[in-house]
Amino acid sequence: TVMAAPMTNDQSWFYALALGVSFLKCLLINAYHSTDFEVHRNWLALTHSLPVSQWYYEATSEWTLDYPPLFAWFEYGLSHIACFFDKEMLVVPNLNYASPATVLFQRLSVIVADVVFFYAVKECCKCLREDKGKDLLGKPSFILTVLLLWNFGLLIVDRILGDLAINKHFEGAFLFSVLLNLKHIYLYIAPAYGIYLLRCFCFTQSNADGSLQWRSFSVVRLVILGTIVLSTFAVSFGPFIALGQLPQVLSRLFPFKRGLCHAYWAPNIWALYNIADKAFSILGVKFRLLDINKLPKASMTGGLVQEFQHSVLPSVSPLATLVCTLLSILPALFKIWHRPNGARGFLRCLVICALGSFMFGWHVHEKAIMMAILPLSLLAVDSRKDAGIFLMLSVTSHYSLFPLLFTTQELPIKIFLMLLFTIFSLASLKTLFRKGGALLNPLEVTYLLGLIPLELICEFVYPLTVWQKTFPFLPLMLTSVYCALGVTYAFIRLYISLLTCSDTTKKTKMQ
Amino acid sequence: MENWSLFSLCVLLGLTSRWAVSFHSYSGAGKPPMFGDYEAQRHWQEVTYNLPVHEWYFNTTNNDLNYWGLDYPPLTAYHSLVCAYVAKLLNPEWVELHASRGYESHSHKLFMRATVLFTDILIYIPAVLLYCFYFCDGSSKQKVATALCILLYPGLILIDYGHFQYNSVSLGLALWGILGLGLGWDLFGSLAFTLALNYKQMELYHSLPFFCYLLGKCIKQGLIGRGFFQLAKISLTVLVTFALCWMPFLSDPKQPLQVLHRLFPFGRGLFEDKVANTWCSLNVLIKIKTLLSRETQLFLSFALTLLFILPSSLKLLSKPNLWQFKLALVNSSLAFFLFSFQVHEKSILLAAFMLPLLVKDGLLLPYVVTSLAFLFLSLYLLSHLTRTNEPLFWYFPFLVISVATFVWLEPPAKFPDLFPVLVSILSFLHFLGFIIYFNLVQLMEPQRKKSQKKTN
Repeated sequence: TVMAAPMTNDQSWFYALALGVSFLKCLLINAYHSTDFEVHRNWLALTHSLPVSQWYYEATSEWTLDYPPLFAWFEYGLSHIACFFDKEMLVVPNLNYASPATVLFQRLSVIVADVVFFYAVKECCKCLREDKGKDLLGKPSFILTVLLLWNFGLLIVDRILGDLAINKHFEGAFLFSVLLNLKHIYLYIAPAYGIYLLRCFCFTQSNADGSLQWRSFSVVRLVILGTIVLSTFAVSFGPFIALGQLPQVLSRLFPFKRGLCHAYWAPNIWALYNIADKAFSILGVKFRLLDINKLPKASMTGGLVQEFQHSVLPSVSPLATLVCTLLSILPALFKIWHRPNGARGFLRCLVICALGSFMFGWHVHEKAIMMAILPLSLLAVDSRKDAGIFLMLSVTSHYSLFPLLFTTQELPIKIFLMLLFTIFSLASLKTLFRKGGALLNPLEVTYLLGLIPLELICEFVYPLTVWQKTFPFLPLMLTSVYCALGVTYAFIRLYISLLTCSDTTKKTKMQ
Repeated sequence: MENWSLFSLCVLLGLTSRWAVSFHSYSGAGKPPMFGDYEAQRHWQEVTYNLPVHEWYFNTTNNDLNYWGLDYPPLTAYHSLVCAYVAKLLNPEWVELHASRGYESHSHKLFMRATVLFTDILIYIPAVLLYCFYFCDGSSKQKVATALCILLYPGLILIDYGHFQYNSVSLGLALWGILGLGLGWDLFGSLAFTLALNYKQMELYHSLPFFCYLLGKCIKQGLIGRGFFQLAKISLTVLVTFALCWMPFLSDPKQPLQVLHRLFPFGRGLFEDKVANTWCSLNVLIKIKTLLSRETQLFLSFALTLLFILPSSLKLLSKPNLWQFKLALVNSSLAFFLFSFQVHEKSILLAAFMLPLLVKDGLLLPYVVTSLAFLFLSLYLLSHLTRTNEPLFWYFPFLVISVATFVWLEPPAKFPDLFPVLVSILSFLHFLGFIIYFNLVQLMEPQRKKSQKKTN
């Protein structure tokens, strides 16, 4: 057994870490569970009890099915296991049903999914340089990540990245289409993936300096790629196309009726945009430039999702966000088309696509930032600059997730875990890149330290003031805006590093 | 990685597991009329806040000693008083005299858990860190590993954050005492230990080693001259501390007597419930509880405790160094646990054998998780640090299997208590083995300096 051998090899630390995280999560089974819990319970119920034709029409609960069909099939499969825990959770009208068995089941399925995640991470580790002991990776990033989120899709991202590193393009393409069908949020990074695959897979050779060799275009490979992608879509969407429900499905998947920003604003460009709009409107009223009666009553600072108009700046439509997103990621896509630069270049482009979509997308959830951070952590252990950007982005975005856990009971946990992660990543990356000075410049350090007073104010001081009643969402707004600054900064820096990176392909350790 | 970051990671992991355990239920949750230890602590806050000092330990109309009467020394009472003041600020209903009996609410639970965390951070954790930093041999990685092991010790976490108690205070103070002695600050060490003693009388288990060590040290320095002055200073410190703690109770001779009566309830008999000590185990074969009179029982337990504690103490007296001191602590606490009067399971705070108690509190899941984690972790870490891991490996699976059996099998109807009793007896045999082993180690002093085992 693992325990019997004298443990001098490096593999054991991985199991120790993995087990540790699982233990912690077992303990937290009793912790507060957010609306996500009810969402998934509802989906388990409706896939189990209703016929397929009803899945995308069902609307008893407010949490309608808004993920692609493959995910629905997955929930259907899961519901059969759920039967053994508590049949009651699978009854659709049982809104907010949360018996201990139900909670246990949900958390356990997360843990099982984690096992896949661990495996994926392990695969990633294998591709990295074998250096000194245990401080090698930003591993705890998954502790915080998986703890705060229940994001099965993330697992597959890493699986793909792991595959890519070993150049198994077929599997990668297949898994990615699967992924896309599971969570269409991966549309964020579809362009990157698509371009990369097209570039590296369908063009079998590159020139010596890495640029495109048009003659090496392989039609066969393109056809194979196309077939894989299309067939996956066919399997997933097939039944719904046959039933003629495609418009309904699409409208559920992309609910543009839901406002520009999610309930608690994601720290993206639109948060800054909203703040600017609010500021202008207040100033405008103050200086009698605007008539207060003409301004729309909608309060952006309300926690609900709703469609509304901006008062001063032009309103933003879904199309506008799409255009902005595409514009933001085009340079990066062009860059990797031009000079792929292997897996590292791909990863960088991936991060940028994810970040770009996060920054400019419509109705973005804070969780989406995780899609950028995970690949970035792989980059961070390889290069100093990336490590610095990673630190900025990860600390900021983890902090931005704080509002998701707002009960007093969870306050110590989120603070401890955040500190745990921050200290670990800081210390380990510092040790890794000992030579060459500090990872973060003073401005960045000041910004990150500024999170501490921000937390104190939002969590402790503000609730005791008078304004808590009148402007209850002010702390959330502050958090979003402050974090948005950090995220934007990281985005810009990443872009610069991508566009200026040298094309000399020193054989990257990730092959 | 630098030391400070490693140590802070340890602390954070320890804190996170503590708070994670605190999410689960506490002793006596939702079980009227008596509830459990949690209610006892809340009740003490109520009593100390609302009643004058001279009524705390007495049976009056306002203070029913049968409903969780105070049975810890004054420092616990003062601590409860401080907590009560905070409670009153947050929600007066929590400490309303009489009306707050059996009060249970989510926010109250948060408050109580927070008080435990606070004292833990204040007293216990710094002591552990300092101890590992200054008194562990080996590289910094080993020190951190030891710190992690101690901080993640399931027994303490489960009792304090699950079941609900404040053992971290008394253990922490005792640890400060040990630290003091180790650094050569005898007065500070005595002060800390006296405070620990005044917090929970259970610390008497450790008192003899402290006494013998200090006395031995003074004798070594020469009873005429420096040694004598040192002894005088130490005695003065101890006496003054005692006086300060007991000051409100010294006005009337009846007071201290009543307090002592509450602290040492000789009326309650040789043992209660299932304890893994000699008397309980012996009782399975010979019903000594009923066979012998109470005086005989007292005498027997006193005699045997003394017998087992004497060799170790005398050795320490003759050779007062730190290694002997640590071993004597282990031996002394084991001896007291095994043979003294009216011992509670909590006195030993060893994870694997607390199962019956914890299952009662609905703490099975955190218990299993933390124990497994602890076993795995300590095996993993310790096997890196020592090379004598062979005997451990067959031992722990055996433990796990026996635990598993207990949980999943139903006992035969004729002996409904079969499993708890078996577990007790098994544990008792372990402890007996430990005490013989450690006594041998202390008395014979084998050459290798392996002083990591501090099982209390």
